[in-house]
Amino acid sequence: MRSLKIGGFLIGLVVLAALLSFVWTPFDPVKVDAAHRLLGFSGSHWFGTDKFGRDVLSQLMVGARTTLYVGVVAVGIAAVIGTPLGILAGMSPRWLGEFVMRVNDLVLAFPALLLAIMFGAVFGADTLTAMVAIGIATIPSFARIARSGTLQVMSTEFVLAARAGGRSRPTIAARHVLPNIAGLLIVQASVSFAIAVLAEAALSFLGFGTRPPTPSWGRMLQESQELLTVHPRLALVPGIAIAVAVLGFNLLGDGLRDRLDPRLAARV
Amino acid sequence: MILEARDLERRYARRDVHALRGVSFDVEAGQRFGIVGESGSGKSTLVRLLAALDRPTAGTVAFQGRRIDDLPERKLGFLRSELQIVFQDPMGSLDPRMRVRDIIAEPLGHRDPARVAELLVAVGLPADAAGRYPHQFSGGQRQRISIARALAPKPSVLIADEPVSALDVSVRGQILDLLDDLVSQFSLTLVFVSHDLGVVRHVCDRVAVMRRGEIVELGDVEQVYDAPEHEYTRELLAAAPSLRAALARLSEGGGDA
Amino acid sequence: MTLSVEGLTVGSLVRDVSFEIGAGERVGLIGESGSGKSLTALSIMGLLPDELSASGSVSLHGRELLGAPERELARLRGAELSMVFQEPMTALNPAMRVGRQVTEPIRVHGRPRRTAEELLEAVGLPDTARAYPHQLSGGQRQRVVLAMAVVNNPSLLICDEPTTALDVTVQAQILSLIQTSLPAESALLFITHDLAVVASVCERVLVMLDGEVVEAGSTREVLTAPKHAYTRKLLEASDLEARR
Repeated sequence: MRSLKIGGFLIGLVVLAALLSFVWTPFDPVKVDAAHRLLGFSGSHWFGTDKFGRDVLSQLMVGARTTLYVGVVAVGIAAVIGTPLGILAGMSPRWLGEFVMRVNDLVLAFPALLLAIMFGAVFGADTLTAMVAIGIATIPSFARIARSGTLQVMSTEFVLAARAGGRSRPTIAARHVLPNIAGLLIVQASVSFAIAVLAEAALSFLGFGTRPPTPSWGRMLQESQELLTVHPRLALVPGIAIAVAVLGFNLLGDGLRDRLDPRLAARV
Repeated sequence: MILEARDLERRYARRDVHALRGVSFDVEAGQRFGIVGESGSGKSTLVRLLAALDRPTAGTVAFQGRRIDDLPERKLGFLRSELQIVFQDPMGSLDPRMRVRDIIAEPLGHRDPARVAELLVAVGLPADAAGRYPHQFSGGQRQRISIARALAPKPSVLIADEPVSALDVSVRGQILDLLDDLVSQFSLTLVFVSHDLGVVRHVCDRVAVMRRGEIVELGDVEQVYDAPEHEYTRELLAAAPSLRAALARLSEGGGDA
Repeated sequence: MTLSVEGLTVGSLVRDVSFEIGAGERVGLIGESGSGKSLTALSIMGLLPDELSASGSVSLHGRELLGAPERELARLRGAELSMVFQEPMTALNPAMRVGRQVTEPIRVHGRPRRTAEELLEAVGLPDTARAYPHQLSGGQRQRVVLAMAVVNNPSLLICDEPTTALDVTVQAQILSLIQTSLPAESALLFITHDLAVVASVCERVLVMLDGEVVEAGSTREVLTAPKHAYTRKLLEASDLEARR
């Protein structure tokens, strides 16, 4: 399964960088060094330095932590709350399901960033509040996918057979619905991960996400804007890192989904 | 009287569809009761009502004298172990993510390797089928799995909803024979629903012909097929492509289509 | 010879299949699932899925179809060469009115204008031009599909189980419609698993099993005096009345 391997490899790189950053980074990522500002690629600073003289590679490594943290927390919240919500909506009487979906739509329509800003204002702005807010804003996507998948599974004959065999609804949800929508959810998770990472970038820029001086790929991207034409490197490096992480999760998601499907797994 | 249906009606308000418009009949224990109908006849709706998987808008269904159309799911446990269904679509009626042994044991609510093994033998599947997945089997074999599942709780009534329609012609005979054997072996009551007249004639003693939500003719198979009373029944019989008739025509000479 | 197939092979799914169909002939292709009958039809039309490729020769009026550029094949499809599939529910564009769809092959191939009403009436569907597919029954949809398939007087019409998904009373109507709508000089390749249907529609018959043609001959020969064991097995299985 190539997707699985490549995706796993890419994510592995990110995880490795993040873990390594706890014990060692080439330089102190937050230390300002005015004498060595805006240096290009070199032997000592592999990816150069930024406008404050901070080593880009070290920032990248510590930033990897934020990226993973962001992805996991936001997607975790969304999946853990959104999935059961969607399944319930899909298995309830139609009017109830529709009602829940309309409420869902309300949340969906609410701008995620605005929610994060509100949360920041109330609970204090930092990475965690931002991620919880984004997680909550992502719940509707999971709920929708879960519900539509549930409706499809509920209309199959094997669920009818399960009911005819005396299975209760909760059991049907757990044993038939969940395994059969897992693929959909995994793909949704990989998409949501990418969105969460980018949302964190925007929030960090606005001052409602990762507060300086803690490095974050998103903030590195935003900070590189003003010097884009002169030092494109400062945007390219974090940009590529984000792309690698997003691609890695997408491939991992695809590979996992295929792996979990007994029909496809058999052909491997 | 093991199954009694009285004035069953099923209307779908949202789509303004009258799937069943007053259907009544009795099925005696041990009988092989056929229900013939084309699309829109209401036969699938009827199957669900008989199995209490849906509620009628009017009318009653009774199983062994006890009404089942007005019972909540939690009180239907007794029915679930007495009445089982074999569905039409061999792929859709089996959860693709479950292994065969779990599929067959599902109506039992718990694992039972011994019973599963017993059932696999009864339906003519090899013992190692238990650990495999549905997609690894052919259509005919999947129907066998379906049948095994239906038999697991030792039901007294088996409802077969178009069990061979989705199968290849050469496999149909085997599955029909299997059903026939099992029904005899376990003294089951069989309700056989199909659009295929030939198949119903082959399997059943009594037949009800349905059209647009109503039973237009009901009687013993031989009688209905040889001396149909209702015009629709006659139309159905006439339209069914008969291989015998075609062969006879061809043999008579010169008749190339 | 309208259609000449020689040594058609698609992986291990269709193996060295050869047959010919002359103008005006009605030929049946019998087989069950996995026999390769549908793939054979798709090969003729050049509609095989991407992962599969056909080798051998398929020629229409002497013109080689296998390997022909897509543009050329597209010119033939819907005009010289057309196909009716099994599933009426998904055969039509749900977002386009039936009248527009039925005249589409005329527009696409630049043929002389005919009205939708005329074409639909010819298949027994007067006053349906403004309807959408979902408003029609399966049988009615097959009629529309059939109208589209014959509108440009194809040299070869392929029907792949066109009546299998339909009610039995409707089947008879569609079968008879196929026979009356098709111009006399057009050839018909009728694919089915139903022997009774083949007996009533086709003069010649080919029996396929596991990708190969195991028996071929006139309908009378093959069905009344089958030579191959599989043909005999099919005949026996189809004749349920004998089993009682």
